[in-house]
Amino acid sequence: MRPDEVVVSEPFAEAHRLKPGDSFDAILRGRKRNLQVVGAALSPEYVYAIAPGGLMPDDERFGVLWMGRDALAAAFDLKASFNSVTLSLLPDANAKDVIRRLDGLLSPFGGIGAYLRADQTSNWFLESEIAQQKNMSRIMPAIFLAVAAFLTNMVMARLIQTERREIGLLKAFGYGNWAIGWHYAKMVLVIGTIGILMGSVIGAWLGHWNTELYTQFYRFPFLLYRPGPAGFVVAGAISLGAALAGSLAAVRRAVRLPPAEAMQPPSPPIYRRTFAARTVLAGALDEPSRMILRRIIRWPVRAFLASLGLAMSVAVLIMALQWVDAIDSLAESVFERAQHQDATVAFSDLQPIGAIREFEHMPGVLAAEPYRFVSARINHGHLVERQGIIGVPTGAILSPVFDVERGRLEVPPGGLMLSVKLAELLEVKAGDTVAVELLEGRQPRVSLPVLRIFETYIGKPAYMDMAALNRIAGDGRVISGLHIRVDASSRTTLLTRLKDTPHIAAVLFRHAAIDTFYKTMGETILIFIGFFVAFSMTLSVGVTYNSIRIALSERARELATLRVLGFSRWEISYILLGEVGLLTWVAIPLGAVIGFGLAWYMTSAFETELYRVPLVLRDATYGEAALIALAATLACAAIVRRRLDRLDLIAVLKTRE
Amino acid sequence: MEKDASATALQARDLIKIYRMGTVEVHALRGVDVDLRDGELVVLLGPSGSGKSTLLNILGGLDRPTSGSVVFRDRELDMNNARTLNLYRRNHVGFVFQFYNLIPSLTARENVALVTEIARDPMPPSEALAMVGLGDRLDRFPAQLSGGEQQRVAIARAIAKRPDLLLCDEPTGALDSKTGILVLDAILRINRELGTTTALITHNAVIAEIANRVLYFADGRIVETRRNSGQRAPSELAW
Repeated sequence: MRPDEVVVSEPFAEAHRLKPGDSFDAILRGRKRNLQVVGAALSPEYVYAIAPGGLMPDDERFGVLWMGRDALAAAFDLKASFNSVTLSLLPDANAKDVIRRLDGLLSPFGGIGAYLRADQTSNWFLESEIAQQKNMSRIMPAIFLAVAAFLTNMVMARLIQTERREIGLLKAFGYGNWAIGWHYAKMVLVIGTIGILMGSVIGAWLGHWNTELYTQFYRFPFLLYRPGPAGFVVAGAISLGAALAGSLAAVRRAVRLPPAEAMQPPSPPIYRRTFAARTVLAGALDEPSRMILRRIIRWPVRAFLASLGLAMSVAVLIMALQWVDAIDSLAESVFERAQHQDATVAFSDLQPIGAIREFEHMPGVLAAEPYRFVSARINHGHLVERQGIIGVPTGAILSPVFDVERGRLEVPPGGLMLSVKLAELLEVKAGDTVAVELLEGRQPRVSLPVLRIFETYIGKPAYMDMAALNRIAGDGRVISGLHIRVDASSRTTLLTRLKDTPHIAAVLFRHAAIDTFYKTMGETILIFIGFFVAFSMTLSVGVTYNSIRIALSERARELATLRVLGFSRWEISYILLGEVGLLTWVAIPLGAVIGFGLAWYMTSAFETELYRVPLVLRDATYGEAALIALAATLACAAIVRRRLDRLDLIAVLKTRE
Repeated sequence: MEKDASATALQARDLIKIYRMGTVEVHALRGVDVDLRDGELVVLLGPSGSGKSTLLNILGGLDRPTSGSVVFRDRELDMNNARTLNLYRRNHVGFVFQFYNLIPSLTARENVALVTEIARDPMPPSEALAMVGLGDRLDRFPAQLSGGEQQRVAIARAIAKRPDLLLCDEPTGALDSKTGILVLDAILRINRELGTTTALITHNAVIAEIANRVLYFADGRIVETRRNSGQRAPSELAW
């Protein structure tokens, strides 16, 4: 590689449409250089590439450049030196021991502490993503499979019920119960096997699609979809089991009867007047509504299960839509309420506190507030957390310590303020003392009291008074960066100025961070929500369509009778669809309750050290979920209702009940 | 009882009905003319497959003829308009079938109320049930009633709206003779007390004795019309 040649990280290259042969200016150690792009590359270290102080990867504003080692050494005046080292250990090595000795070896040269691969940002982010997927893979298929099993059972039972006459005939011919049972079991096995094969193909395709989505999102060079047999076997066995159970129960009911009776259509179900029928309220009902209610009361378990199935679909919708609320609330808390700076400038090296003045005089800068960041290891008993400490000046306004409920908090002098997550990991409470090793400069070790605990949605930060932190570090009055407020009209001028200012590692604009946040969330969460909406629709359409279809096959005769009596098609539609309509109304509040539970479970299951999604559910979210569920019910109802137009009145009435 | 002078309630002319079953054409009606006069009780007699049910279904607006016309009270029914036929059934026709077709989830009273709720000038359900002798069975569900009782609920349901026409297709077909007589009694009583024009299908020649007029069916045609000199009471019949 020639000295001005660089390889650019692929996402950054794509964001800026850089291709080999292009060139751009960069400031290296205060000197402007023109660099030539010779290629784009990916690195597992930067699957999740975050700028210092950033929350999410921002491909446009943060990228990684690789250049020739000699050229880099020359640019930074660091001949024959290194500032980062990656080790691979023998399989039986004690990683903790290696880290301890490595730190001892490197600390005289300014080593800021080694860490395990598990703690590497990209790795850690992917690991938690995988953990979330695992969580999701437990709860969602369980819901889906339960509803599917219920539907299969119901549909198969109904299918066999229509075969009652044939069963009677087979018995009349002399077939035994077992032979008949086996005959229908074979039929169900064939139908079930076809269903399982179709489901497996569609499932495998969806799995493949999902994997591809992940490959693209994380820019993995490859990610293979290799499903194990377990998923297919479990899903197939449960579906087939439900189908067999439903159909064989119906076969058993049929073979129990004498053949002559089985060959007749089933006698009408016996209804009784319940206590409710004698109340004043019952008198106010019209007969069609009474028919709907009596059927629900007659088969309460079936009605409840159908309602529960619909409720699950509402619940899944609420859980999925809740993410939008939660993300909004998280963004509002982090970007609107906690932070008031327009930009954050991170220095590449510590700067004396007087550097503030230089920035205060830059065009458009209205206010500047310094901060100090020190890498550190915090120990409590045998528990250790690598967590940098942020020094905040007294009376900080732009970026103070912010508790999600209590708001802005003042940092008490002489001690630490820990986030709830960090306090949990270290098992400390306010008043305890922790041992802190700073991993920069003179690397002092001190004992510090934990003065306050605060809640935050992102990371697991630790704060200290800036002056106190500087005193402990012993570097004098220095700062790591600045939060600044900028006059909107001078933003571009300022950015141009900052680009030419030495010692700046990164400039983060808050509005850009908000945009990136929503863009990233849009890419991930919207796919996630879209998937769950589809999933919930499948549940709701499955339950609604099958319920109405079964009701139609059971009630064709009643409905035809009503048509003969002069009821219009819409009037009999009311009787047929009213039942599912009523069950949907019951399902919505039930779904809201279950949805709240699911959302609660998911937010706690999704809690990582990186971020915690708050449980926020707007009323409108319940409303939206209810409307979507109602729309699905209406669509199914419209489809089945068309069959009512073709109801053959004479054929139905000519046969005996 | 002389009814010739009374107005024609229903008039059908040259009714032809052809069913296509696969590639086979079945001629169910081969040109039938019929008049039903106000208050008349007509029995349609004939072997099964002779076309009497097809005729009754067409007269009641349940089925469409392949050709021919039906005139109800001087207005021709638009047999291709489902809505017209529905309103015709709703406002003017009461049906009784061999199988009772009661709604199992509703009591006797509620089954009747089903119709009175949508009728223009109905009688109270309890009154309709009292007319068929079921005044004490109002709150029974169909499954708690005998076959004859269920059929009488069906009759009460058919007449509660005070229809112009009562069409009965084998109303005693599923019943023993003793129960059948109770049902016929109820039909005759409605015919007399409400003056409802009634047409009744049967393949049981004995039942024809209760009619004013008997139409004999064979092979899709009316082959003979007989006027009874006097109606016999159902209780005098035996089969």
